[in-house]
Amino acid sequence: MGGTRLATGIALGCAALLALAFAFAWHPAIEPIAPSSVGPFDRALVADGENLARLGNCAGCHTEDPARPLAGGRPLATPFGTVFATNITPDAETGIGAWPRSAFDRAMRRGIARSGAHLYPAFPYDHFTHASEGQLQALYAWLMTRPPIPGRAPATRLDGVFSFRPLVAAWKLLHLDEGPLPIDPAQSPEWNRGRALAEGLAHCGGCHTPRNSLGAEDKARAYDGAMVEGWYAPPLNARSPAVRPWTVDRLHAYLRTGLSPAHAAAAGPMGGVTRALSEVREDDVHAIAVYFAALMSQAPAARHDDPEPMDRQAVAQQAHPEAATLFAGACAVCHEPGAPMMQQGRPPLAWGTPLQADNAHDTVRIIMKGLASPAGPTGPAMPAFADVLDDRQLGELTAYLRTRFTDKSPWPDIGDAVAQARAGEAK
Amino acid sequence: MIALFVNGQVHQVDVDPDTPLLYVLRNELALNGAKFGCGLGQCGACTVLLDGKPVFSCLVPVAALGNRKVRTLEGLASPDGSPGVLSVAFEAEQAAQCGYCIAGMIVRAQALLERNNRPTEDEVRAHLAPNLCRCGTHMRILRAVRRAAEMMGGGVRAVAEQKP
Amino acid sequence: MSRLGRRALLAHAGLLASGALVVAFASSRHALAQDGDRSPLPGDLARSPLLDSWIGVGTDGQITVFTGKAELGQGLKTALIQIAAHELAVAPSAVDIVTADTARTPDEGVTAGSRSMQDSGTAILNAAANVRVLLAEAAAWRFAIGADRIVMRDGAAHAPDGRAVGYGELVSGLSLHAVARPDVPRREGGSPMIGENLARIDIPAKVSGGEAYLQDMRLPGMLHARVVRGPSDGTRLRPADLEAVAGMPGVVQVVRDGRFTAIVADDEWRAVKALHRLQAAGWERAGEPLPARDMRGAIRGAAAREVPIFDYPGPPAPAEAHSLRARYSRPCLMHGSIGPSCAVALWEDDGVTVWTHSQGVHPLRKALAELLALPLERVRCVHVEGAGCYGHNGADDAAADAALAARAVPGQPVRLQWMREQEHGWEPLGSAMIVEMSASVGADGRIVGWQHDVWSNTHSTRPRSAGGLLAGTEVDPPFVPPKPRPIPMPQGGAARNGNPIYALPNARGTLHFVERMPVRVSALRGLGAHMNVFAIESFMDELAEAAGADPVGFRLAHLQDERAREVVQLAADRFGWETRGRGTGFAFARYKNLASHCAVAMEVRVDRDTGEIHVPRVVAAVDSGEAVSPDGIRNQIEGGIVQSLSWTTREAVAFDASHRTSFDWSAYPILRFPAVPGRIEVHVIDRPRQPFLGVGEAAQGPAAAALANAVAHALGLRLRDMPLSPERIRAAFRPARAAPRQAAG
Repeated sequence: MGGTRLATGIALGCAALLALAFAFAWHPAIEPIAPSSVGPFDRALVADGENLARLGNCAGCHTEDPARPLAGGRPLATPFGTVFATNITPDAETGIGAWPRSAFDRAMRRGIARSGAHLYPAFPYDHFTHASEGQLQALYAWLMTRPPIPGRAPATRLDGVFSFRPLVAAWKLLHLDEGPLPIDPAQSPEWNRGRALAEGLAHCGGCHTPRNSLGAEDKARAYDGAMVEGWYAPPLNARSPAVRPWTVDRLHAYLRTGLSPAHAAAAGPMGGVTRALSEVREDDVHAIAVYFAALMSQAPAARHDDPEPMDRQAVAQQAHPEAATLFAGACAVCHEPGAPMMQQGRPPLAWGTPLQADNAHDTVRIIMKGLASPAGPTGPAMPAFADVLDDRQLGELTAYLRTRFTDKSPWPDIGDAVAQARAGEAK
Repeated sequence: MIALFVNGQVHQVDVDPDTPLLYVLRNELALNGAKFGCGLGQCGACTVLLDGKPVFSCLVPVAALGNRKVRTLEGLASPDGSPGVLSVAFEAEQAAQCGYCIAGMIVRAQALLERNNRPTEDEVRAHLAPNLCRCGTHMRILRAVRRAAEMMGGGVRAVAEQKP
Repeated sequence: MSRLGRRALLAHAGLLASGALVVAFASSRHALAQDGDRSPLPGDLARSPLLDSWIGVGTDGQITVFTGKAELGQGLKTALIQIAAHELAVAPSAVDIVTADTARTPDEGVTAGSRSMQDSGTAILNAAANVRVLLAEAAAWRFAIGADRIVMRDGAAHAPDGRAVGYGELVSGLSLHAVARPDVPRREGGSPMIGENLARIDIPAKVSGGEAYLQDMRLPGMLHARVVRGPSDGTRLRPADLEAVAGMPGVVQVVRDGRFTAIVADDEWRAVKALHRLQAAGWERAGEPLPARDMRGAIRGAAAREVPIFDYPGPPAPAEAHSLRARYSRPCLMHGSIGPSCAVALWEDDGVTVWTHSQGVHPLRKALAELLALPLERVRCVHVEGAGCYGHNGADDAAADAALAARAVPGQPVRLQWMREQEHGWEPLGSAMIVEMSASVGADGRIVGWQHDVWSNTHSTRPRSAGGLLAGTEVDPPFVPPKPRPIPMPQGGAARNGNPIYALPNARGTLHFVERMPVRVSALRGLGAHMNVFAIESFMDELAEAAGADPVGFRLAHLQDERAREVVQLAADRFGWETRGRGTGFAFARYKNLASHCAVAMEVRVDRDTGEIHVPRVVAAVDSGEAVSPDGIRNQIEGGIVQSLSWTTREAVAFDASHRTSFDWSAYPILRFPAVPGRIEVHVIDRPRQPFLGVGEAAQGPAAAALANAVAHALGLRLRDMPLSPERIRAAFRPARAAPRQAAG
């Protein structure tokens, strides 16, 4: 008789747990609204929302085709499969046109769609959850006043068990700290504002913080640097490998113009970020700069700034003679001291973070793909060398640059970085 | 001495190995097609084909070439010396004002049409974007590329009307 | 001697004597013309009245045309050949042309201001007609028939009975060293060459890799040179180790004269490497700091001399008239020639030959002679085509630089090529300009008062003396640059097209000529016309709106000239102006009120998020008098429209306190293919037998204004300051926010 009672107890316990899990993972759908019932919105509120949308760079993920802004469709490769960004235009059928404010807030704070389904955290609600009520109100007003564009993005189907969305509830239990961040009274109001923006809508950690096996940001290693879509987002803390200090002014200029005269131009996905930030309110960007300057105040460069750019030309020539020739014919015409670009005050290669990082990914990609102006039409630009140099030459040149312009140890896996970059090109 | 494969022939040149291909083509091989427009990879006047891909010859040191094949405007002509399809099309459309950019345009367009002789108008424009024209001959250049595509048995497809 | 022989001899003698008589008669008629005839010779014939200055006939019948103008890529050579071939009744292939060469061609000043067809085309037309008449008369005498019975065809004179004699044979008894007659009739009948779309003679080489440009010249033993300067006008290089550079491989000489420095090398790339080595020394500002990032502020606030432009009398505006004011502006603009300036020079026998793409070989020659302390006859300047120059770019300075470099290595030709950043940094710019307009519209919708004020630097510092050359200011002792002066109307510099073509009572215009130039400026295509037409035609739209009138109808209501009205109507009709949609604009101008008429209608779509302007459709109409080559005209108008769109939507030369920061194409972007209009149609009105009118600068002003008007129509918002860039358009929709700053390093 006791065994049956135990079995029943266990069964009841499991059922209770399941019920609990179900209750926890399940969320009701929120009634759709008629799009015409939305608004009108105050113009200043919409302008605020636009500012925030650029801060958060919604278009960076949600615009695949520039002719169809915010209509989604962009694929994001994750270790669990490909996530497609959704249509967030106010189209009633295929976008968020039927979403009331409460649905929007729930999505941003808790990662739940209007239907009640869990959203994969590729949509960084673990950051957006820190947005304030006022910010969500403004963003909603802006989104709802965009042109509605019909068109459903491809459905996201992750690999294997990960396609079971309710599992995300467990992920959230472990990794989602809902709600705004508390103010740190020991810091200035501007620092606090910067943190709120960086940790919130700007979701900087989404690229710059490494992730654990569940794809969540490893908070213990916040801003230690991470790989994203083949590019390396460098550390933004005491591990920053930059050789010149990231002062508030330099960070501010970099974020607004895509260029820091003491560092380099924004490359890869960061180019899109600075392009968006170039339109954001000055004081918002300045606050973010204050926050990260403080985070990097213990980085090596902050303690020792050497204004003389490293150039170990003879050493590099000896170690990589073929690459020295390649550099002289392909690169020097812009990158050597007497070249016009250098005469105009553009930063020397030695100061750029790509060469100082602990991996060659960014260096290789920049050489292969070139660089489009990261902010504004008169910013720096670089042509692509993917068709000029073969893999071996690329590897040699990369090694040469590391030897010539840094005193750091050679990169051990340049060949892999080149192969990965080529594979990325081929897609 | 460095060996180059240009327009189907091997040439031996005695130049500094870091010399960009543009100067070797013009000064050692007396080829006029590729031109000096900026030397910085910004204008495309120096465009040549390297293993079929368009590159800025002002940024290719000859030491980097190896066995790869270079084709210039001159190399697009037929073996019997008659001008290539694009040259014929450009002349028929009188697609030049000062003409300085045209050789680069022809070579860049050649790379596109060899790959796809039925591009859309937008694809042609995007493909030619690295090449600058200051005289404003763009409309004729586009017409000449269209004509050449048709002569090659293809054509340029119009783009559907964009949303208002 | 047989009777036949004596007759033949007498006949021959008579032939010779009669031939001499013809020539003498012709000469005396010309002499009479010189002495007593008051009618002036047309075009540049007036400056160079001898026929053999313009036309040569070879004993093989091949015609050579000499013109003092230069081929800039506008198709001039072909057009002049057409004219000569037409008047001389020969195939175009029978005509060769020699352009601007101080040793061989007439002095026609500068190829500029769209005057080539008017000045040179007209001269050649008349000279060729003169030569035709002389040849016909010689044939008539030979055939012993009346000259009116001779038909000139295919390079021969034909008698009705079938006898024919080629020009080559005729010319041996003829001297073309004779003064032209002004009243020689045009050729009638025969297949017309004028009005044909003759394929341009320069294009085949350009599309097949032939030798087509100055940059393609290769002379035996030619050396390669680079000039050494700071990054831009107003800067200089810091002292550098010239010894070390002189010792670099391939460097033949480092040339110095005062502050002028050039590197001469046996290999072009080695010259570039040596240049970079010198430039690594850094640079500094030479002179006072620049006043602003954008020269408009400097122009408006500077001391200026007032120069009246025009004054149309009329009663003052009534009190109840509706008054409007507006201010328009443009920044400094760059020529931005695709091929940076280049020159080849050779010192030989105490003289120098310079191959150059300067627009004015004769004035350049004078300047070089002074710079090099040579007698004029020891200096020869030969024009060889470069890339499009669009005005006074670096060509003359490169020529001077090359001559100085070549002086150091006599007997060896020197090719001196400017770098891209040197062209960007040192070419004289198109001046920044501000125009303030005010006008009143009466109750009847007519303009009843009009004021046009324009502020600008000079629009020409073309060198006529050594002080006008960069090198001239660098050598020791330096030459002093001449004081800039305004170009008088009706040509005008900054004032060009400031005088409206509309019938306006009580209208006045004033040029505020700012002599002090913080930056180097000179002639850029159109000179003041781009700005003045932009202002006038934008303002006309603003007035039309105030009057509640359609923009095209409003213009027609104020336009009396018939040819102008036809051009306006044609463009409007072909565009479909009556049924136009949103985002459409119109503009019209007659270049200088003397040259071609051009009307432009444009449709635009503006993306409010990006600020980008898309131009799906442009329709233009042009009247350039007798159309020698209609396709050539269309080519120039299409090009002018696209170039103007680049200027007007993208371009502004940028400065900081020390120098020009627009140093390459990344820092000074121009229109690329994706932003070029979807479709451009050009309709040419031909006016047979009317004077040729220049067309190269007719489209820029109207295109700029049509764009501004279309954008205003699309956005409901008027932008008056060029460029109408994406940044400005975005800013127009956003509350004021500080622009991004560049941090100090």
